[in-house]
Amino acid sequence: MIRHHLSDALLMGYSAGQLPEAFNLVVASHISMCDECRARLESFDAVGGALLESSLDDVVETEQAVGGDSLAATMARIRAGGDQLRKAQPAPRRQGILPGPLARYVGGDLDAVRWRPVGGGVRQAILPTDRSASARLLYIPAGAGVPDHGHQGTELTLVLQGAFSDSTDRFGPGDIEIATEVDEHSPVAEAGVDCICLAATDAPLRFNTLLPRMLQPLLRI
Amino acid sequence: MAGGMTILTGGTGNAENVETGEWVAEMLRVARDSDEEAFAKLFGHFAPRVKAFLIKSGTDGALAEECMQDVMATVWQKAHLFDPARASVATWVFTIARNRRIDILRRARRPEPEDLPWGPEPEPDQADALALQQESKKLGQALKDLPDNQRELIEQAYFGDMSHGEIAKVTGLPLGTIKSRIRLALEKLRQSMT
Repeated sequence: MIRHHLSDALLMGYSAGQLPEAFNLVVASHISMCDECRARLESFDAVGGALLESSLDDVVETEQAVGGDSLAATMARIRAGGDQLRKAQPAPRRQGILPGPLARYVGGDLDAVRWRPVGGGVRQAILPTDRSASARLLYIPAGAGVPDHGHQGTELTLVLQGAFSDSTDRFGPGDIEIATEVDEHSPVAEAGVDCICLAATDAPLRFNTLLPRMLQPLLRI
Repeated sequence: MAGGMTILTGGTGNAENVETGEWVAEMLRVARDSDEEAFAKLFGHFAPRVKAFLIKSGTDGALAEECMQDVMATVWQKAHLFDPARASVATWVFTIARNRRIDILRRARRPEPEDLPWGPEPEPDQADALALQQESKKLGQALKDLPDNQRELIEQAYFGDMSHGEIAKVTGLPLGTIKSRIRLALEKLRQSMT
């Protein structure tokens, strides 16, 4: 049962195509696990559709006018086949605990993840996204904690397996935590199953103890 | 052509007929019969709108024409994936145009979610489709009824170049009717998805 969902701002940003790649990945992964947010996304797509429908209402110029040979040119494209058209990529498939979009970034299931230790038994794997934000998988052994940290920007954390708790609440599989710069939190994984999360941030994390802070540039977090 | 969508194709046959769900009949004719006449009607309506959307997003005229043709060709090729119980034709065209815009303006890559385990049904549920189409219409009217400054902000969120933080300010506004319409659209979608 998913209790923590995407915000309207994230859904509108994803619908409009305005989010950094790392956030898009978290949103697409959550929607793959959550029918409620999928339906909410589609209602934000409907806002985009309504804006498209009315996009001529306030246009007086003729720049957008479509030429008389435009339809013929489009039909010619269609008859020429897929060459100029983007090849349709099949929708991504789930791989074990990894939602389809995430599995595509990892290049397989959990076995394909190249973990790096970051101390305290915690491991992470940076995912290849553009630099506007960063995404990584986090592996937190059951009962272990992630070093206390605050944020300069927004941090999204999607639980894939296990659960963690911090001062705000408990987060289980499919739950998403949206932490802003005012939040300082120390997530601790629940006893039992090791916790695996997808996390994305649009600013470097800052750790509150000296050693992790010195390591931060090396760890690219 | 199958008679399954008689509610949607009924009436005058005029695509502007509000009762039938706009452009749904034409989309289904393209999907089922590769009907070029139906496509020409869709093109006449959506091509200028897609082009205006691309120009408002910062694409110059020649590139916008090129991309619009690409978007409309995709509409033809993917017509079989359109599901009138899930989206209005305008919404579906918007998602194609948005994805193309991300490519051409080199915006951040946007991974897609998994598909639902089922695809569009061969004979979409008429009541679901009609309800969804009517909700979409009302959502459009609610957007038009917003105060100019609020509507402009939403347009900027979809057409312009807004950061996540700026969009959070937009969704934090008291948008009244549009928010309740989004919630209603959500209810309809949830019914059609379960």
